[in-house]
Amino acid sequence: MYLAHGITRALAPPVQKFQSSIILKWILGFCWYLLHLVVSLVDMVCFLNHLLLSSIISTGLLRKYQNLKLNNLNCLAIVVDSEEAEDITKTQKLLSWLSSIDVKCITLYDLQGVLKRTIGNDFKSMTNTSLRECKMSKMTVEILSLSDGKEGIAKAANFLISKYMKDDSLRCNGTKPTFSESQVSNALEAIGYKGPDPELLLVYGPARCHLGFPPWRLRYTEIIHMGSLRFMNYGSLARALYDFSKKNQNYGK
Amino acid sequence: MEKHSQRPEPKNLNSVWRFLRRCLFSVLSFGPMPKHIAFIMDGNRRYAKKMQIKEGSGHNVGFTSLVSSLQYCYEMGVKYVTVYAFSIDNFKRKPEEVGSLMHLMKEKIDQLLEEESIVHKFGLKLNFWGSLDLLPEPIRSAAEKAMVHTANNTGPVLSICVAYTSTNEILRAINKSCARFEDKTGEGSDPANSILVTDLEENLDSASCSEPDIVIRTSGETRLSNFLLWQSTFSHLQSPNLFWPEFSLRHLIWSILEYQKVYPYLEARRKLCQES
Repeated sequence: MYLAHGITRALAPPVQKFQSSIILKWILGFCWYLLHLVVSLVDMVCFLNHLLLSSIISTGLLRKYQNLKLNNLNCLAIVVDSEEAEDITKTQKLLSWLSSIDVKCITLYDLQGVLKRTIGNDFKSMTNTSLRECKMSKMTVEILSLSDGKEGIAKAANFLISKYMKDDSLRCNGTKPTFSESQVSNALEAIGYKGPDPELLLVYGPARCHLGFPPWRLRYTEIIHMGSLRFMNYGSLARALYDFSKKNQNYGK
Repeated sequence: MEKHSQRPEPKNLNSVWRFLRRCLFSVLSFGPMPKHIAFIMDGNRRYAKKMQIKEGSGHNVGFTSLVSSLQYCYEMGVKYVTVYAFSIDNFKRKPEEVGSLMHLMKEKIDQLLEEESIVHKFGLKLNFWGSLDLLPEPIRSAAEKAMVHTANNTGPVLSICVAYTSTNEILRAINKSCARFEDKTGEGSDPANSILVTDLEENLDSASCSEPDIVIRTSGETRLSNFLLWQSTFSHLQSPNLFWPEFSLRHLIWSILEYQKVYPYLEARRKLCQES
């Protein structure tokens, strides 16, 4: 029976097979678009819900979002999509909001170094400090890009092996280089690639993705997606910080 | 006679369910499909508390959930699945709990190597990532035996992270790269900028896999807890608000649909990074 079926299929005219595969593709494509329509509708409802709450928070009507207790936030990181980071006014507005909430330490990051070029240069001319870090009135702002992540760790490895090769006592003993995590952290500090591990990271962009934020500093960081920087509002920022203040971590226990 | 008529029914239902799944996966494949999905299987203990069962049973149900999710992933054509089974930080738990988790792990590794298991069904290759020397001897040798046993399999890959943290993985890659540098060069040579990012990447546990397209952490927690920090540069991070044992096919489908929405953006950023 299977042999007969196979032969019939093989002898069927190619045009018929071609037409049925096009029809099948159309059906699959239509079903796929339907599925995505459902996802978009659900996402739209969630977005509108979030927008409504954020607008109410921005008006100051909800007291619990007013005096935020940020005792467990020593450092806040912000990842911005590089294209959106070109609009410097948005980032400056974000920094001023954070300053008003009394956030003391901020790490800004974007993939391509746009923030270093725009905000970084602004800071350099205002405060005459290094491109990567500067002190505003009560805030420390550090600005990073992709090269501060994996490349920084590679440089730390070079630093460690350099020290090892110059230490005759270690090499003559025949000990193989076996470094520890704290030695790597110290090496990162020695070469200027160390900074505080942020407790919270806010992602401003189309997707929840950290885009290469320095891996050594992301171990226990809460990562929140804030949506596009173009649509940023004070209410969602306050909500994200409030939700963070209520978090408890077990650290593996 | 009654028993004979009852037996074919579940088989028919299974075939119908399998056929419906194939149709659904064909529809999904119309868009970009992830090649590598990583799971942080969080919430087994909280699930056990919610269902008022023993804590250890939560992990058992979690394992069942893992096997079904793996089955669906491999049926969809996902080539690599990575799971965070046990972190180095988890050694801080109560000794009785650590002991029972180790016992469970040994039991499940042995189960995976049995004839009827998912490993044989799909020709899976098993990897164990982490500092395996931190594990008790029976589990370490079971893991090593599983890797040897499946080394020549050409099917999809399952990487299980045990006694793993990302910073520990990066540290071991640094040590391997430095040891290789020392072997290659002589006394007095200056290694300035000799160790590159690519050298470190070749020495990571994940060197043979592509980077994860999606990292899913269940139980709604939003942190990575020292998991794949190096490899998740362009991964879509997802935090569905349910416990791991509750993770099912519809959650996996939803996860892939969300990934397909952001794929053009992530792919464009990945290409930009490769060009520069």
